[in-house]
Amino acid sequence: MLDRLAERLPQIVVAPSFLLILVFVYGFIIWTGYVSFTKSKMLPVYKLDGLRQYTRLFSMDRWDVAYSNLFVFASLFIIVAIIIGCLLAVLLDQHIRAEGALRTIYLYPMAISFIVTGTAWKWMLNPSLGLEAYFQSLGWESFSFNWIVDKDMSIYVVVIAAVWQASGFVMALFLSALRSVDQEIIKAAYLDGASNTRIYMGIILPSMRPVFLSAFVILSHLAIKSFDLVVALTGGGPGYASTLPANFMYEMTFRRNQIGIGAASAMMMLATVAAIMIPYLYSELRGKKNG
Amino acid sequence: MKSVLLSSAAALFALASTANAQPTAEVLHYWTSGGEAKAVQALKKDFEAKGGKWIDAPVAGGGGDAQAAVLRARVLSGDPPAAVQIKGVNIRDWAEAGALADLSAVANKYHWDDILPKQLQDIVKYEGHYVAVPVNVHRVDWIWANPKVLAKVDAKVPTTWEEFNQVAEKLKAAGIIPLAHGGQPWQDGTVFETVVLGIGGPDFYKKAFVDLDPEALNSDTMVKVFDEMRKIRGYVDPDFPGRDWNLATAMVMRGEAAMQIMGDWAKGEFLAAGKVPGKDFICASTPSDKGYILNSDSFAMFKVKGDDLVQGQQLLASLILGEKFQETFNLLKGSVPARMGMDQSKFDSCAVKSMNDMKETAKNGSLVGSMAHEIVQSGAVRGAILDVVTEHFNSDMSSKEAAKKLAENVALAQ
Amino acid sequence: MANRDRLPGTDGKGRYIGRFLIYLTLAVFAIWYLAPLYVVVSTSFKDLAEIRGGALLSLPHEFNVSAWHKAWSQACIGVECTGLKPYFINSISMSVPAVLISTFLGSITGYALTKYRFRGANIIFSLMLFGCFIPFQVVILPMAQTLGMLGIANTVNGLILVHVVYGLGFTTLFFRNYYVSIPDDLVKAATIDGAGFFRIYWRIMLPLSPPIIVVTIIWQFTQIWNDFLFGASFTTGGAQPLTVALNNLINTTTGVKHYNIDMAAALIAAAPTLFVYIVAGRYFVRGLTAGSVKG
Repeated sequence: MLDRLAERLPQIVVAPSFLLILVFVYGFIIWTGYVSFTKSKMLPVYKLDGLRQYTRLFSMDRWDVAYSNLFVFASLFIIVAIIIGCLLAVLLDQHIRAEGALRTIYLYPMAISFIVTGTAWKWMLNPSLGLEAYFQSLGWESFSFNWIVDKDMSIYVVVIAAVWQASGFVMALFLSALRSVDQEIIKAAYLDGASNTRIYMGIILPSMRPVFLSAFVILSHLAIKSFDLVVALTGGGPGYASTLPANFMYEMTFRRNQIGIGAASAMMMLATVAAIMIPYLYSELRGKKNG
Repeated sequence: MKSVLLSSAAALFALASTANAQPTAEVLHYWTSGGEAKAVQALKKDFEAKGGKWIDAPVAGGGGDAQAAVLRARVLSGDPPAAVQIKGVNIRDWAEAGALADLSAVANKYHWDDILPKQLQDIVKYEGHYVAVPVNVHRVDWIWANPKVLAKVDAKVPTTWEEFNQVAEKLKAAGIIPLAHGGQPWQDGTVFETVVLGIGGPDFYKKAFVDLDPEALNSDTMVKVFDEMRKIRGYVDPDFPGRDWNLATAMVMRGEAAMQIMGDWAKGEFLAAGKVPGKDFICASTPSDKGYILNSDSFAMFKVKGDDLVQGQQLLASLILGEKFQETFNLLKGSVPARMGMDQSKFDSCAVKSMNDMKETAKNGSLVGSMAHEIVQSGAVRGAILDVVTEHFNSDMSSKEAAKKLAENVALAQ
Repeated sequence: MANRDRLPGTDGKGRYIGRFLIYLTLAVFAIWYLAPLYVVVSTSFKDLAEIRGGALLSLPHEFNVSAWHKAWSQACIGVECTGLKPYFINSISMSVPAVLISTFLGSITGYALTKYRFRGANIIFSLMLFGCFIPFQVVILPMAQTLGMLGIANTVNGLILVHVVYGLGFTTLFFRNYYVSIPDDLVKAATIDGAGFFRIYWRIMLPLSPPIIVVTIIWQFTQIWNDFLFGASFTTGGAQPLTVALNNLINTTTGVKHYNIDMAAALIAAAPTLFVYIVAGRYFVRGLTAGSVKG
């Protein structure tokens, strides 16, 4: 009896966490899915109403903008943050004198609430208050940086701020992984005459696959959740040119008393995430087993 | 409904016969800082002086965005706060959901029907019963102007939109920004509704924003309104998107811009900077045929259980419309009292103008509720209107298309 | 990597140019990261007239610390003019248990999932991982109902539960990915020596874990400390966490904005996370030593 219990221990240990996730993630997704098929407005109601909320959702320009912004924003944000994070980690790994200080500088944006740093960014990026005015006053007349007030560019401003906020954490992840790479293999490679670049590209980075997975998951999570960023930086503007689906959903659910549409947009977001994540996770986790 | 009436009657009875339970009220509001917080403190002080226990639940964020989420969470968890700062049609929506308590007993006792203007009564009543208490009135259709800057081009504050355009062109030619504006949907909406009132007149305003008449929304008048919006777009500096309203006010103060169209909370910014009304800045109503766009804050009372809570609500409601609180609060907040017939001596010239104009416009029917500030429309419809207004203002959409879209979007949102 | 740059092939003139480029790149990035902080800090020392004057990026004329005093102990947040001071304790009593519980659960789950690959372990992990992507705005309403049913609405415990649940996906991910790279032979050898599940966890896995524990704690602490949405939705009045108080302090709908106090308040609110980052930075290096033990 005790033996069998001991054999089952791993499952028993995993069970509570798993159950919590089952209820609070999947249960709630089902709840949201159900509500998206109802007429819910001010408060959720449970009488089914067919696909009406989805047809309304798809006829809204605002949703089109938010949904396509998600792709632009998420892909740029994830790629740039990984590149910068990785670059900084590799450079910091070169026996840098002020490593501790630099690491903290790169990492701190994650620590400060964006409610306020958003204001600082907004000032800096505003052409008449911030960088543009500053450089022009220094005599660099042709300097121009007005993305934040440009309807077509404002989403990229959100990307810049998001990368600023998250890339330091990615750097920390990579750095801690770099330092747990097996030293013997690297030494052997050096003795074989391999160059620094080749060692990084050929041995170290590939051995860090799980960290890429972590970074990817974290960044996607931040991308999908990005909400404060838009609120603080552009307020979704100019017009609603830089809104993201999370902002759309919040606006619908809480501001416009359209819980049904809000739920429908949430389901669309989740479906999109699933369509991208499931194949990726599948290949990653399978690869792990074989390797 | 019946049980609410019974319980509130019982509560009043308890209040009269020296209650043993301490009146308690949890107040969910978004007046969390500066002058607004001081204004709420005045209420708390009065409430505690009457033996009440105040539980503060402040949640700020963009004019109640975050609060809206919190309120729903609280209602769904079965534990709504007693008094919640909500306004306009939101009150009706919550009343329709059956969430609000009936305040008839207090209202009758203190003769609310006699002291509140009809327009405010309409906002805070649902099916003939009071369900909320108005606190103040803000006027939305103001122009805040810097007289020194206007003098540079030899101009006065415009009284028609044509004059407005002429003055603006002159200012622009002189290298001055005619209109300080922040490109946020609610600010775009604020300018838009003053233009609708000015060009269309009060009846058109009501048809479009209260009745949501599709013919009015997609009419030639509305096309004209959008034409004017397009012109106004040209009077704004290129860096306006996302700018907070108070930074726009500062531009007028510094003389970079000549005018701002904003509600009377802008006055607070001028006063805080030590500016004197009439001398350093001018408050004038936006061009319209003696119209008045009203914005009013109010507290709705949610259904709560327990004698202490119900009593707390009643006490709070009675205090809010008391003369003393109406004066202290509105002096601190920069608005004017919701209660009629108050002494005007302590209020500044802009506030006195607002009070007098309100009285007059209420009489001749040209007093309208604000759309942008959720008095006549809330949630979905207001959002749909603002979507079109802000999209038009920020793109090269034609006025005709904007009017058409306005009608479509509003129909879709209902 | 201790001896790498003393190895052959990396000496000579090229090396100095290379080092210079490395430092240059790092410095440029440092400026980029610091720029907004500069704006925040310098604004917090200005007085309001100076800010209204429009010089947002310049250094303050004179250092004025009154905004800091106000933000810490005098500014009004709702009806209480206590500054941010009292809300610190609320945030600590919420985030410390939530961080510890979720880190512990993540670590033991990650261990069980990697070192005992029972049937369905990968599916369970995938399902938990997918939970990371649920936008928090979606769960507010059902969560409110659930907390109400459980009778822990508007309590610190309710809030801790929420943070533990939505942190689990991440903590499990971190530990799992870390433990994957620890050789299974260690566990097998210990099993043969008769050590049980918990004994191996305690004696072998945990001592190897400091680097990842640091990463996890940083992540969780940052997330929970800076959370606004859950804090605002599931607590009221005096129990509100610091971020909600901060938000209340800096947001005004129609009032005068005190940017200097706002900025000072933001820095005060961020102080604990900044402190954790600075202290934890050292443990990344210690993690290096711990990592070399296993090699």
